[in-house]
Amino acid sequence: MSLADILARHKGREGPLLPILHDVQEAFGHVSEDVIRAIAEDLNLTRAEVHGVVSFYHDFKSAPDARPVIKLCRAEACQARGVDALAAALPANAAVKIETVYCLGLCSVGPAAMVGTDVYARLDGDTLKALVNAA
Amino acid sequence: MKVRISDDAVALACGADAVATAFEKAGADVERVSSWGMHWLEPLVEIDGVGYGPVRASDVQAILDGSASALCIGKIAEHPFIARQQRLTFARAGKTRPTNLDDYYATGGWQGLAKAREIGPAATIDAVTASGLRGRGGAGFPAGIKWKTVAGATAPQKYIVCNADEGDSGTFADRMVMEGDPFILIEGMAIAGHAVGATKGYVYIRSEYPHAIAKMEAAARACAHLIAPFEVEIRVGAGAYVCGEETSLLNSLEGKRGEVRAKPPLPALEGLFGKPTVVNNVLTLATVPWVMANGADAYAAYGMGRSRGTMPIQIAGNVKHGGLFETAFGITLGELVNEIGGGTASGRPVRAVQVGGPLGAYHPPSQFDTPFDYEAFTAVDGLIGHGGLVVFDDSVDMAKQARFAMEFCAAESCGKCTPCRLGSTRGVETLDRVLSGDNVDANIALIEDLCDTMKFGSLCALGGFTPYPVMSALTHFRDDFVVRSKA
Repeated sequence: MSLADILARHKGREGPLLPILHDVQEAFGHVSEDVIRAIAEDLNLTRAEVHGVVSFYHDFKSAPDARPVIKLCRAEACQARGVDALAAALPANAAVKIETVYCLGLCSVGPAAMVGTDVYARLDGDTLKALVNAA
Repeated sequence: MKVRISDDAVALACGADAVATAFEKAGADVERVSSWGMHWLEPLVEIDGVGYGPVRASDVQAILDGSASALCIGKIAEHPFIARQQRLTFARAGKTRPTNLDDYYATGGWQGLAKAREIGPAATIDAVTASGLRGRGGAGFPAGIKWKTVAGATAPQKYIVCNADEGDSGTFADRMVMEGDPFILIEGMAIAGHAVGATKGYVYIRSEYPHAIAKMEAAARACAHLIAPFEVEIRVGAGAYVCGEETSLLNSLEGKRGEVRAKPPLPALEGLFGKPTVVNNVLTLATVPWVMANGADAYAAYGMGRSRGTMPIQIAGNVKHGGLFETAFGITLGELVNEIGGGTASGRPVRAVQVGGPLGAYHPPSQFDTPFDYEAFTAVDGLIGHGGLVVFDDSVDMAKQARFAMEFCAAESCGKCTPCRLGSTRGVETLDRVLSGDNVDANIALIEDLCDTMKFGSLCALGGFTPYPVMSALTHFRDDFVVRSKA
């Protein structure tokens, strides 16, 4: 989907900026300065306003990163189930990005992770390693 | 043979799809339903009311042969974890296909909305008020009073906003409603819209919940004709915990930074796009259809004190029997952790239970006689929040947990007010000094002073409630902090 398509898709919606940015992030893998400028122009906002929104939310990235992402929950319920030790024991792998999230709502079966929209629970050293290697 | 397996995210994360595929390959008729909420048994398989769990794909043949007695839990409805509950909001859990309208109709769906339309807006608000239903997001504000304020406001447009930004660790009840019984939430929103004169509703769901988003979108499309002229639109958050705060959520919906707004003005009068807005949590709205269909008195008959009705309590963390336990207010923390939760999963003694999410207090076993009730938890310097319990065993370092609370606040602060933005970072630094044994007593005194400032000086609950986990750790687990000075 092109930026023009994305902007057209959300024409006339109330508060369209977050839906637009989600589509941009999904289509291009990041939200570039050029795109910020174009969105600002289209929505009659200042570039600073759009930049302020992009930089506020963890989901919107300013630079592309081609690596696969594993979102690993590091919140209290997964801490109670040992995620800190798991993360510390994970061998370094520069080809995969391990991103911290605070809660996937799988708090009774942690440690938990998400890759794309696939969810994983009851992770131990081996299954987490396998997840990283498969990513 | 009909085999029922949940497609809730917990079941999926535990491997339910592979089990379902194995049953299909073996020729069984598989139906994907909501989760019963017995998470330690997921993937749970139900055949003629009898449950098996946790099932792996390799167990399927044995279940079909009748030789899987080790996995068999007997009749699911008679299992003590289910039989002890009083499920009103979660009455359908485990029993229906989430986005199937026929299933929803067949189990009493839309009766609440029909009742609301029959008795009219004023009587609907009276019923919600009389039921004693309080905001289940954590604040515990009476829902009926909020609705009355919005109903009384005059404006060309009003909104119903459902707060589905369930970011608290240890909570998953909103997710389970959206993934397991999405129509009940939409019905609740339609009732609210009818009651206050709003024609548009938004559900703001966190992006960490892709399965809930998909189910809610499918459900909203499927029932659009039944709730018209009311419309429901699903919006997706973008990874900011603070957007669970209602004014920050409204800014986010408007396409702004999710910064907290000062109150007043109340969102009920100047909310989304400056218009009168009901902002309610998923559980609050999802309980309204039951209240309307069964009557305010029937709901208010459950509970204790000013906490009327039931609470879907979420038992999580290092616990043997984790899951969703809906019960009338009044059950004690100890019953929940030890009797229902079965103690820790690790088998070690329970040392602390954090109640109410990352902003809730850590409670030692000496407080286990505290009844689950808004006021009772306030009285022990805690809060029930959104009803999540996170159990920790005796290997937990409570000073580290206190530091994490400050770190989390620093990471998620919206930056609008100083006590939260700066206080959280100073809190991490000061706790680091304590953790390294530097001037422990003086630095603990500083932390206490800082917590006081954050509690009374922050704009919202993020900065205002971060002192709960910090101070409770300091109060009940002081040794974890002071031992370091000798180390």
